[in-house]
Amino acid sequence: MITAERKPIDEIIEYIRPFQKILLVGCNECVTVCSAGGRKEVGILSSMLQMAFLKQGKSIQILEHTLERQCDPEYVEELVSMIDGVDAVLSMACGCGVQELARRYRNKPVFPAVNTKFMGASERQGVWAERCAGCGDCLLGITAGICPIARCSKQLMNGPCGGSTGGKCEISPDVDCAWALIWERLKALNLTDRYEEIIPAKDWRNGRGAGPRKIVREDLAE
Amino acid sequence: MTTQEPFEPVIIAFCCHYCAYTAADMAGTRRLCYPANVSIIRVPCSGKVDAIHILKAFEKGADGVYVAGCLDGDCHFKNGNHRASRRVAYVQKLLDDIGIGAERLAMFKMSAGMGERFAEVAKEFTETIRALGPTPIRSLHRDAA
Ligand code: SF4
Ligand code: SF4
Repeated sequence: MITAERKPIDEIIEYIRPFQKILLVGCNECVTVCSAGGRKEVGILSSMLQMAFLKQGKSIQILEHTLERQCDPEYVEELVSMIDGVDAVLSMACGCGVQELARRYRNKPVFPAVNTKFMGASERQGVWAERCAGCGDCLLGITAGICPIARCSKQLMNGPCGGSTGGKCEISPDVDCAWALIWERLKALNLTDRYEEIIPAKDWRNGRGAGPRKIVREDLAE
Repeated sequence: MTTQEPFEPVIIAFCCHYCAYTAADMAGTRRLCYPANVSIIRVPCSGKVDAIHILKAFEKGADGVYVAGCLDGDCHFKNGNHRASRRVAYVQKLLDDIGIGAERLAMFKMSAGMGERFAEVAKEFTETIRALGPTPIRSLHRDAA
C-alpha cells in the first residue's frame, strides 16, 4: 500500500491560517491502514487544530469527512454539498487523493496534511517498510521475491556491492543488504543458477524514465 | 471564574473496568478521601482508550487527563495496558506539539485491590495539575466564542 505520515502540525497550521472554515477529508484506504489519514486521524488532527488555533486566539470551524477512496472521482463527488460552505480543504489522503480533490474542485485551495512516503508493507504492528518502487517491469521473478530496486540502497541489478557486510547494507547496520537476502533465498530455494545470469541494464522508460505514466485498459476504459 | 477563586482543576480519568475502576470502588467502600475533581469514565480495558478520546477531553476543557489500567502482566485482555501506555506517550507528544503540555496527561497502573493507591493517584495528579494551572483551552473557548 501507499504509506504516509502526518506533516508537522506547524506546517499544517501555516497552510490553513488565512481561512476560517475548513473541510478536513480523510481516506478509508491505504492511509487508514498505515494510521496516517483515516477517520480516526481526521478526528485527532481536527481536535489538535481546534486547540492550537484557540491558543492563538482564533476559533476555526472544521468539517470532518472521510471518503471511501479519495483517488476516485465517484467518491470525491460526495463532497459537492460540503465544498461551497468552506474556505479551504485539508486532505489527509496520499498525494493522489489531494490531487484528485484539487482537480475536481478547482476553485478551492486544497492542502496536504500528510507526507506521502512509499509503497510498503507492514513488518509488524506499527512498522512499515519500503518494498516496491513501481519500476514498471518487475524483477522479483529472478530475485527470489526480494526487490533490488526498492530495497538495495544503490538499486543494483547484480549485487551485492563491496559494502555488504554480514548481511547488512553499508548505509546502516539496521538495513538488510537486499542482495544478501536475495542470495540466501535463492540458495534456500535451490535456484542459485538464476544468480549466475547477469541482469542487463534496466530499461527505465518503464519507470519514471519516460515521464508520468498511464495505464489504459481498452477493455475497461469508457 | 474570577482570579480570587482558587483553581479547581477538571480531571478526567479513564479507568479500566477490571482494575482501576474496581480500585475506585474499593476506595469508596473503605471511605478513603480523594479529590472530587476527578471524573471517572469506565472503559472495558485501558487499551480501549483512543487518542481521540483523550484529545476530546482536553478540547472540551479538561485540565488534566489520566488513563488508569491494570498492573504490568495483569491485563484482562493480555496487553491492553501496554497499548494504553504507548498511546498515552503518543498523545503526550501531540499535546506538546500544540503547546498544551505533555505533563497534563499521565498513565497509571494499579490492581483492583489497590483502593489506597487509587486515592493517592487521584490526589497527586490533582495537585500536579493544580500547580500547572488551568489549561488555556477552556477560557479560550469562551473568549473566541
Ligand atoms: S522490481 Fe520493480 S515492480 Fe518489482 S517490486 Fe521492485 S520496484 Fe516493484
Ligand atoms: S550493501 Fe547490499 S543493499 Fe546496500 S547498496 Fe550494497 S548491494 Fe545494495
